[in-house]
Amino acid sequence: MSEIKEKEPLFSAKNLKLLTEPIDSKNPVTVLVLGICSALAVTVKLKPAIVMAISVIVVTAFSNLIISLIRKSIPNRIRIIVQLVVIASLVILVDQILKAYVYDVSKQLSVFVGLIITNCIIMGRLEAFALGNKPWPSFLDGIGNGLGYGLILVIVAFFRELLGSGTILGLRVIPLEWYVKNGGFYENNGMMILPPMALITVGIIIWIQRSRNRKLIEE
Amino acid sequence: MEHLINIFVKSIFIDNMVFAYFLGMCSYLAVSKTVKTSVGLGFAVIFVMAITVPVNYLMNKYLLLPGALKWLDPEFASLDLSFLSFIMFIAVIASMVQLVEMIVEKFSPSLYSSLGIFLPLIAVNCAILGGSLFMQEREYKTLAEATVFGVGSGVGWFLAIVSIAAIRERLKYSDIPKPLRGLGIAFILTGLMGIAFMTFMGIKL
Repeated sequence: MSEIKEKEPLFSAKNLKLLTEPIDSKNPVTVLVLGICSALAVTVKLKPAIVMAISVIVVTAFSNLIISLIRKSIPNRIRIIVQLVVIASLVILVDQILKAYVYDVSKQLSVFVGLIITNCIIMGRLEAFALGNKPWPSFLDGIGNGLGYGLILVIVAFFRELLGSGTILGLRVIPLEWYVKNGGFYENNGMMILPPMALITVGIIIWIQRSRNRKLIEE
Repeated sequence: MEHLINIFVKSIFIDNMVFAYFLGMCSYLAVSKTVKTSVGLGFAVIFVMAITVPVNYLMNKYLLLPGALKWLDPEFASLDLSFLSFIMFIAVIASMVQLVEMIVEKFSPSLYSSLGIFLPLIAVNCAILGGSLFMQEREYKTLAEATVFGVGSGVGWFLAIVSIAAIRERLKYSDIPKPLRGLGIAFILTGLMGIAFMTFMGIKL
């Protein structure tokens, strides 16, 4: 006699946890050290960062879903190649869509859209979660991890654009009259536009996060 | 010849994969705890880059670019397969990494076991795919240019990981605020090293 299993609600506590944990205590960027490469290179301005975040969320969610759907028929020895093919196809889709609808942003992102393929978050989640779980939780896990990644991306980009160019999403936040050349007192911090400051910003985010959440401190 | 040397120096110092483009950061941060393992991984990366970039250059030139299939038959001249480049490149890289894994396992089992999971992960090291994509984007003209660029980028990555590993070995003895230990300080150090590397930008090549 097979028991009738009670159907789990779509957003049970367990599933919600999959969605929220990667945002803070299991954040892929600041805790698991995954997907850092692209996280930093696209954060000079907020707009490309948001586009990148959305692209990654889409790719993590759907690659998790697809791999989870076919997980029982993937031979173990060639799973990495299967995963790469699924990821690469999704990235090609995203790349073509970006080229078609937001061409200027896709030019700014240059090779980094292609590099989503080698974003370790995606590979990591496929290996660690999607291969052993049902499609719906895997889909949520993908969205959660994409969000955790996107959050860091947006925070870093926000500060870099604000301090480096005085704008948010291209809109002027710091009034032009404040600038030294217009007789004011303010000057953009040119350092923030340069690549190394992205790393230092993430370093500071990690510092703040770990002072709040002492469990994450490494010895 | 001078031109090639320019590309070489440029790809090591000015366009350094780690400090200027943040590529290959995951394994850079994860493996850089001791100098010994990072030297091993660094050499593996140089080797894979030196092979995959020229191979992908040929792929790109004779299979993918618009009109690249002309050598097969004039009627294919209108084909443009460049949207397939991601899959093509990653397939080349994945097979090369497999090869490196077999070589390392055979000749240096101790290095093989100390690199562990990170050896197959070279396949998803973005520096490698990044090398091929930059090669495609910057439109290097000849095979020699592409090869020199590949080797140079690999050497740049090697330099970066070995120097951070050396610093991190020393860091064990320093007094860092607790929440900053480990990952946090590694990020900030990389940033500072990036600032140092930016001084090379002044060199006109």
